[in-house]
Amino acid sequence: MSVLQSMRSFMRRDQVFEFLIPDTPPDLDLTHGVILYLEEISVSFDGFKAIDNLNLYIDDGELRCIIGPNGAGKTTMMDIITGKTRPDSGSAWFGQQINLLKMDEPEIAKAGIGRKFQKPTVFEHHAVIENLELAMAGDKGVWVTLNARLNGEQRDHIDEILHIIGLNQQAAQLAGSLSHGQKQWLEIGMLLMQNPKLLLVDEPAAGMTHQEMERTAELLTSLAGSHSVIVVEHDMDFVRSIAQKVTVLHQGSVLAEGTMDEVQNDQRVIEVYLGE
Amino acid sequence: MLALLTLTTLVVPVCNLLVPENSGLHISTYTMTLLGKYLCYALLAISVDLVWGYLGILSLGHGAFFALGGYAMGMYLMRQIGSRGMYGHPLLPDFMVFLNWQELPWFWHGFHWFWFAMLMVVLVPGLLALVFGWLAFRSRVTGVYLSIITQALTYALLLAFFRNEMGFGGNNGLTDFKDLLGFSLQSDATRAGLFIASALALGLGYLSCLYITRSRLGRLCTAIRDQEDRTRFIGYRVEHFKLWIFTFSAIMAGIAGALYFPQVGIINPGEFAPLASIEIVIWVAVGGRATLYGAAAGALMVNYAKSYLTGAMPDAWLFALGAMFVLVTLLLPRGVTGLLRKKEGN
Repeated sequence: MSVLQSMRSFMRRDQVFEFLIPDTPPDLDLTHGVILYLEEISVSFDGFKAIDNLNLYIDDGELRCIIGPNGAGKTTMMDIITGKTRPDSGSAWFGQQINLLKMDEPEIAKAGIGRKFQKPTVFEHHAVIENLELAMAGDKGVWVTLNARLNGEQRDHIDEILHIIGLNQQAAQLAGSLSHGQKQWLEIGMLLMQNPKLLLVDEPAAGMTHQEMERTAELLTSLAGSHSVIVVEHDMDFVRSIAQKVTVLHQGSVLAEGTMDEVQNDQRVIEVYLGE
Repeated sequence: MLALLTLTTLVVPVCNLLVPENSGLHISTYTMTLLGKYLCYALLAISVDLVWGYLGILSLGHGAFFALGGYAMGMYLMRQIGSRGMYGHPLLPDFMVFLNWQELPWFWHGFHWFWFAMLMVVLVPGLLALVFGWLAFRSRVTGVYLSIITQALTYALLLAFFRNEMGFGGNNGLTDFKDLLGFSLQSDATRAGLFIASALALGLGYLSCLYITRSRLGRLCTAIRDQEDRTRFIGYRVEHFKLWIFTFSAIMAGIAGALYFPQVGIINPGEFAPLASIEIVIWVAVGGRATLYGAAAGALMVNYAKSYLTGAMPDAWLFALGAMFVLVTLLLPRGVTGLLRKKEGN
């Protein structure tokens, strides 16, 4: 750019200087009804292609199950969506406006994506209610956190979540003393405290009794609609009980997509799961 | 703990200054200074407990912040000597005259003002921690690796301060202090004043750490210690939290150092030795992590043992220290105060 041009652009009166435009991500824009776009994403670790040209679209309010054999890239995909891993190529958009590949974990969490880990990860040395308090949406700066006190409205919100995840009785207990299943629910509750629009839930039914599994299925289906939910799961019965739409991942890309029945009768899926 | 501290603060100086020397209740100046030093150690131990016990950062370099605070205070005390030094130079401290230096290095300017020196006591350790922490936490260095680079930090400073060209007195350090704010450091009243100041600093440090650990910030710190990833995915910028707590802790350590060295009368680069920093961690482990008062108690216990043993059996001290650490790690993972809390629980 010539000096004259840069001078002109500097003097323009119809717009402010670029550095004055706040760097906050725009609000979630769902005008096309799609909340998550993953397009042509590839990532490899030391030459191994964990994700290979993956395309995935999640609709607003949808409950999507993702299945696939071990090493199919399910967890890596979640790492990419939440900012833990950067892909080598491709794009990831949250709604129409938010580019996930330019944000780090806390920013993505703030934008409205919550993630439950495979292994239940709660703060074991804190009471259930404190776990929820820490996860609460809001300003999470250092100074604000130092002086933060719960107000009535926030207490009500916590009570409401406790009710949803069915842990009202255990509110004052240490999270470490909960059963495995209860920890999973607490973690889902912590996600809900963040007011997310999209929930990524990794193996919610692992290690659960049959009864607990049923309750988890109920919980997740009740969340769909007001939230979009992506569930990664191995347990086929569990997937069958909640799934509206299933995506099968294999070797880092989408192998099949459709209802549970369609997917189960797909020849390629049968091959992958049952061997040649 | 606060009640105990208040009591000591009142009783010790009174017993030293007002109770006649032949009375059984008299506390000698030696004992009072020793206790004053212990109070500074307790403050230092609390600062380490804040980052280790609550935040899970095992800093093996807190001795560096302690010593830097001490050096800032030492520089003020050196400037106060004025022309009363061995060589009687009006401006230059003795060691500079000895090294044939003609003028005061730029970084020694300003230290003749008490307020400036106090500012440096806070700023120098604070800024070092800020820069060091920013680099380390931003690149997500954790665990053993972080502990090792804190060791490297204090070791690097040790080597640097040993050099005469650095302008901090080389291996002799700073000594021959005369007076502080015009009060002679040799007088009992000044020593009592330093003792009270140490007690106040310890009380304030304890209270502010208590405030932090009981706030939501404190709960978040233990959450970061237990599940760092989870805190990140619920939207906290973990590196900022670590950075500010680490810096606060370094400032506390610096203040402890500034109060400690006038009572000892000398500061030399040996204070930067990695071993010194490891010893602090042992105090905290012995007392009990993540309790604050446990760290203070640990500092008192270990240092009392040290004073006693280095007098009675000088060769045995390091063995005793090692044995203490091994035994506590194996048998009392929650430290001595953990033992008391267990009894209370039953």
